[in-house]
Amino acid sequence: MSKRISVKDLNVFYGDFKAVEDVTLDIAPRSVTAFIGPSGCGKSTFLRTLNRMHEVIPGARVEGDVLLDGDNLYGPGVDPVTVRSRIGMVFQRANPFPTMSIRDNVLAGVKLNNKRISSSDADDLVERSLRGANLWKEVKDRLQKPGSGLSGGQQQRLCIARAIAVEPEVILMDEPCSALDPISTMAIEDLIAELEKDYTVVIVTHNMQQAARVSERTAFFNIAGAGEPGRLIEYSDTTDIFNNPREKSTEDYVSGRFG
Amino acid sequence: MSTNTLARRGSGRSSDKAFHLATLAAGCLILVVLFSVAAFLLVQSIPAFQAQAEEVTGGAGFWSYIWPIVIGTLIAAAIAMALATPVGIFVALFISHFAPRRLALGFGYLIDLLAAIPSVIYGAWGYIFLAPLLTTAYDWLAANLGWIPVFAGPASQTGRTMLTAGIVLAVMVLPIITALTREIFLQTPKLHEEAALAMGATQWEMIKMAVLPFARPGIISAAMLGLGRALGETMAIALVLSPGALTASLIQSGNQTIAAEIALNFPEAYNLRLSELIAAGLVLFVITLAVNMLARWVISRHKEFSGAN
Ligand SMILES: Nc1ncnc2c1ncn2[C@@H]1O[C@H](COP(=O)(O)OP(=O)(O)O)[C@@H](O)[C@H]1O
Ligand SMILES: [Mg+2]
Repeated sequence: MSKRISVKDLNVFYGDFKAVEDVTLDIAPRSVTAFIGPSGCGKSTFLRTLNRMHEVIPGARVEGDVLLDGDNLYGPGVDPVTVRSRIGMVFQRANPFPTMSIRDNVLAGVKLNNKRISSSDADDLVERSLRGANLWKEVKDRLQKPGSGLSGGQQQRLCIARAIAVEPEVILMDEPCSALDPISTMAIEDLIAELEKDYTVVIVTHNMQQAARVSERTAFFNIAGAGEPGRLIEYSDTTDIFNNPREKSTEDYVSGRFG
Repeated sequence: MSTNTLARRGSGRSSDKAFHLATLAAGCLILVVLFSVAAFLLVQSIPAFQAQAEEVTGGAGFWSYIWPIVIGTLIAAAIAMALATPVGIFVALFISHFAPRRLALGFGYLIDLLAAIPSVIYGAWGYIFLAPLLTTAYDWLAANLGWIPVFAGPASQTGRTMLTAGIVLAVMVLPIITALTREIFLQTPKLHEEAALAMGATQWEMIKMAVLPFARPGIISAAMLGLGRALGETMAIALVLSPGALTASLIQSGNQTIAAEIALNFPEAYNLRLSELIAAGLVLFVITLAVNMLARWVISRHKEFSGAN
């Protein structure tokens, strides 16, 4: 289920503006990889190219390849819709559908595949996904209530449940805790540690302690200045990035000297 | 004596008060106008309600006089809404989510332009251009689908029928519905659109999942505003429809709406006839009010899932 991502010479553009330059990296299956770096260095932009979500923005395009176990996401005849159903995404702000119940939110992605899922199968899937997102105990008595009635942290876990309900191969998370309180953040971090058993997880975070806590590998991105493209500066084991960085700018960033 | 530095001083206080009074006055003014219109309608229509049956137009009392044109009003509005609502929603979706930006902009202006055309022009267009154009279609409908009561022949040879009137009304309410729903579709949170797309929804699935549910109350409001216009529209119907007794067939001449009935007869009306027409106006007012209240109820029923909380 979990797959390897290989990025080769990737450039990302918004119109004429090159936002990310020349990224090459490999993300191992069943691992958590963190992207860190100062704001505006292209972490979100790069993350979105891993499931072609950047194409939602008019004028955004890429050059280069992203391989999912050898299959090029940008190969001819590849439908971004298919790519996104295999590579799920969780956003900075929790975004459950306000017009749907908690149950329907979890099932939203599954129903897209036109599967006529039986009610009992759906019940099982809802329970399994919500358990997988450590949310089952809190919501099992109010599955028919709107998802927007949950707390911020619960909403974010509902979004994770929705993402894992379709059994994706990869889960991308863009600062999933930046709008949450410390307790909810801890709940999500615990959850990420469990997701790692089944999924390839990539997480963008502003919080360096968080990167250190949850990830095995860390990629540090940086920009030379305003208007310059973001670049991958250093990518290695998380312990090395934090304790023994090769690059001076990595050391400056992780020790809090800028960013 | 020491002054309390927390006490408010200066003009801030008095301008606050003036503003408060101004808003209060504006609120009262609305109430006064509303009350005087309602009182006028009620008082002036009493003679029509109290008149002997044979004195009223048609000779069978006010309710026998009014109900065919109530039905006519509802039929015209129903045709207009059945045509304009789906078309309006699709045009709005096209503008907000499918068309390239520059085309969408041009289209938006076009819709606003349509909304600015006075109803008398729509009426003239319907009467002079559209009605003759539709006669062949009506002949065909009468010949092939004549067994359905609404298409029963013989078809009108002028084309000035209820269906033509309904189509003209649809064209008139289309810009209202399109312009309003477009605004609402554009307000759909990016957050929810991206949520749908990120799990592999196609553009159309995303619209069904994120845009339409979010826009639901707005679509209902827009449709109700359109319906309000369709119910009350006078000039276009008065010009297009060749009125007559209530008939099921929409492609024969016949039928009448309240607003057109009032407009056509008002100039020569006096005494009881005048009272009849004003009473007809009262009935129209009640219908419109009921429609709006129904819409509010429908919208509020789904409040919990509206995302407002
Ligand atoms: N929708 C967009 N259109 C144009 N430029 C964008 C857009 N989103 C981001 N950018 C630009 O791309 C660069 C990288 O942004 P982003 O990926 O959001 O950085 P990060 O997530 O690391 O803070 C920034 O210079 C930003 O201004
Ligand atoms: Mg970002």
